[in-house]
Amino acid sequence: MPEPILQVEDLRTQFISRRGVIKAVDGLSFSVEAGKTLCIVGESGSGKTVSSLSIMRLIDPPGRIVGGRILYRGSDLLALDAEAMEKIRGDRIGMVFQDPMTSLNPAFRVGDQIAEGMLIHQDITPAESRIRTLDLLSRVGIPNPEARFDDYPHQFSGGMRQRALIASAIACRPEILIADEPTTALDVTIQAQILKLLKEVQYDLNSAMILVTHDLGVVAAMADYVMVMYAGRMVEYADVETIFARPRHPYTRGLLRSLIRLEDTREDELAPIPGAPPDLSRLPHGCSFAPRCPSAIGACTESYPKLHGNVDGHRVACHLEAEMGAPVARAGR
Amino acid sequence: MSAPLLQVRNLTKSFPVGTSSLFARRQNVLTAVDGIDFDLPRGRTLGLVGESGCGKSTTARLILRLIEPTFGTVTLNGVNVLGASPSELLRLRREMQRVFQDPLSSLNPRMSAGINIGEPMRFHGIGDRRERYERTRELLEVVGLRRDDFDRYPHEFSGGQCQRIAIARALILRPKLIVFDEPVSALDVSIRAQILKLLMKLQQDFELTYMFISHDLSVIKRICDDIAVMYLGRIVELAGSEQLYRAPQHPYSQALLQSIPTPDPTKRYGDLGGLEGDVPSPIDPPLGCRFHTRCPKRMEICDAKSPALIDRGSGQRVACHLYD
Repeated sequence: MPEPILQVEDLRTQFISRRGVIKAVDGLSFSVEAGKTLCIVGESGSGKTVSSLSIMRLIDPPGRIVGGRILYRGSDLLALDAEAMEKIRGDRIGMVFQDPMTSLNPAFRVGDQIAEGMLIHQDITPAESRIRTLDLLSRVGIPNPEARFDDYPHQFSGGMRQRALIASAIACRPEILIADEPTTALDVTIQAQILKLLKEVQYDLNSAMILVTHDLGVVAAMADYVMVMYAGRMVEYADVETIFARPRHPYTRGLLRSLIRLEDTREDELAPIPGAPPDLSRLPHGCSFAPRCPSAIGACTESYPKLHGNVDGHRVACHLEAEMGAPVARAGR
Repeated sequence: MSAPLLQVRNLTKSFPVGTSSLFARRQNVLTAVDGIDFDLPRGRTLGLVGESGCGKSTTARLILRLIEPTFGTVTLNGVNVLGASPSELLRLRREMQRVFQDPLSSLNPRMSAGINIGEPMRFHGIGDRRERYERTRELLEVVGLRRDDFDRYPHEFSGGQCQRIAIARALILRPKLIVFDEPVSALDVSIRAQILKLLMKLQQDFELTYMFISHDLSVIKRICDDIAVMYLGRIVELAGSEQLYRAPQHPYSQALLQSIPTPDPTKRYGDLGGLEGDVPSPIDPPLGCRFHTRCPKRMEICDAKSPALIDRGSGQRVACHLYD
C-alpha cells in the first residue's frame, strides 16, 4: 500500500451552542493517497463539510477542533502555528467550495484573485504570475483568457466561476485538493464539464482529492474510496465498487435503496428511510442511526458500535458486524 | 377522452430589462417563456424539466397567474384563467394550489403549523373556526404528521416535515391542480423518497392533477406521466416519461440524460456526456433553434429557422430540424 499523503486520526470538532455542545465531527480517522479520490458522502449535518474545513483548519469560533491529529507528510497540521499553516493552506492543499459566487471576491478581478495565491506562496514577480494565470485559465477551459483575466466575478457564468476557482486551487500545484460540493450549485450539463475538469487537473498533478458531496451519482462517477458519514461519524468506508455492490451498514443500504434512479419506473416501490437525521445536540444514546434502523438490536441503544474491518479495508461501524464475528478495525487505517 | 383539466396555448412572458448608464438608456427584453403549448389531462402529472433560466418556474407562476403573461391563454377546467376578473380569479385560486422548494420560507414562522395549514380556508372564508380546526387536524394525519402537531411552530419541524405542512396547506381547499416547484430539491436524499411517496399517494386518494417542476430528471421521471423538456423559454420535447428516458429525440434531451451521474460505479466521469459551453443569455438568445450554439448535431438550417414542436409519431413532440 502506498504511503498516504494525509492521515486523519481521531479528529474531533465541536461547536458550542445555546443548546449545548454539538459534536459535528466525532472521532474520525481516514487517509488519502496521491492520485486517489476519497468521496465523503452524507446528508446535511453529517459532518462532511466540517471534516473538510477541519483539515484546512478553517473552523471559526464557536467551533473548535478539540482533538485528534491531521498528519500531512508525517507532520501534524493541528500542531502548527498560524503562520506555518498559512504556508500549507492554498499552497500544498488547494480547495474548491460549493458556491463560486461567494468564494470569489466580487470587488477584485478574477485574474488577480488567481494570481494572488502564487504571489503569496511562491517567489515570483507579478509579471510571471500573470503569465501563469493566463496558462491556468486556458487549462481550465476558459476561452479567451487574455480578455477574461480582467473581468470581475459577476461577468462570469456559474460554470466559468467554478472553473476560475479550480484554476485558483491548482495554481500552486497542491498535493491535496479538497472540493466541497463543487457542482451542487451548477446545472447538470455544466456539472458534467466540471467533474471531468476536476479529474483532469487531479491527474495532471497526481494529487489526492477529497470530494465532499451528498450526491451518490457524483460519488459513483468520481470516487476511488468512499466514506459514508452519519451524525458526525464514519459509519462505513470502502472502495467505490464495494460501497455500491456490497454495502454493509444499514444506513448505507437504506440510502442506496432510497435513491431516485433514472431507470426506475412509476410502478417501482419507493423505499425511503423512515424518520429524519438526529439533532446533533440531542443525539440518541448508542448508535445515532438506531432510531431509524430496520435491523436495530438491543446493543444498538446501549453503546456506539466499534469500527469493524476486514483485510480489504472495508470498515463498518455497526453492532451487527460483531454479531457476525467481524474483527475490530485499528484506528487510522 | 374528457377535456384536459389544463390547457396552455402560446403562453409568453417577456420582462423588460433596463440597462441604464449615466448617458444612455437602453431597454432590453428578456423573454423567459416563449410561446409554449401543452395540455394536462385530469389525474395526470406533467413534469417541466430544464436547467436554470429555461423558464420552468415562470411558466408555473403564469399558470397560477401570480404574474401576468405578455400573451397566450391558460384554461383551467374550461375557464379562462388569464381573462378572469378579480372575483373569478379568487374562485379559481381555490382550484389550483402550489408547493414551493423551500418549505421553511413558504410557511409563516409566527403561525403554528395548524394555523398555517388552515390559513387558505380563513382567507377564502370557508367554514368557521371549529371546522377549520377539525379539517386541519385531519390533514396533518393525511400528510403523515400527528394531529397534535397543530400547535407546534415551523422551526420545530425538520425540512421534510415542513414540506408536509406546506402540502397539507395546498390540500385544504380540495384543489384540482397542484403545482410543485422543486418540492424535494432542498431535502436530504433519504427524505426525498418519503415526500415523493406521499405525493403519489395523495394524487390517487384525492384524484389530483399535478404539474411538477424540477431540474432533476430522475425525480421528474419517477413521478410524472409526461415530461416537457425546456430550453431557453421553449419546450424542445414533450413525451411520455418512459419514452423520453428510453428514446429521447431532441439533442438537448439526449445531452441532459447523458449528463446525469448515475449511482453505478461502472459508469465513471469519462462516461458522462455533456455539452460544450454555457446556456446563452436569454436577453439575446440565438436565432433559429435556440439550442444550436451548443448542439452536437447542428445543421445549416438550425441558426436560420426555429423548429416547431411537432408530433413525430406515437405522441412524442419534438422541436428539431433533424426530424423534418
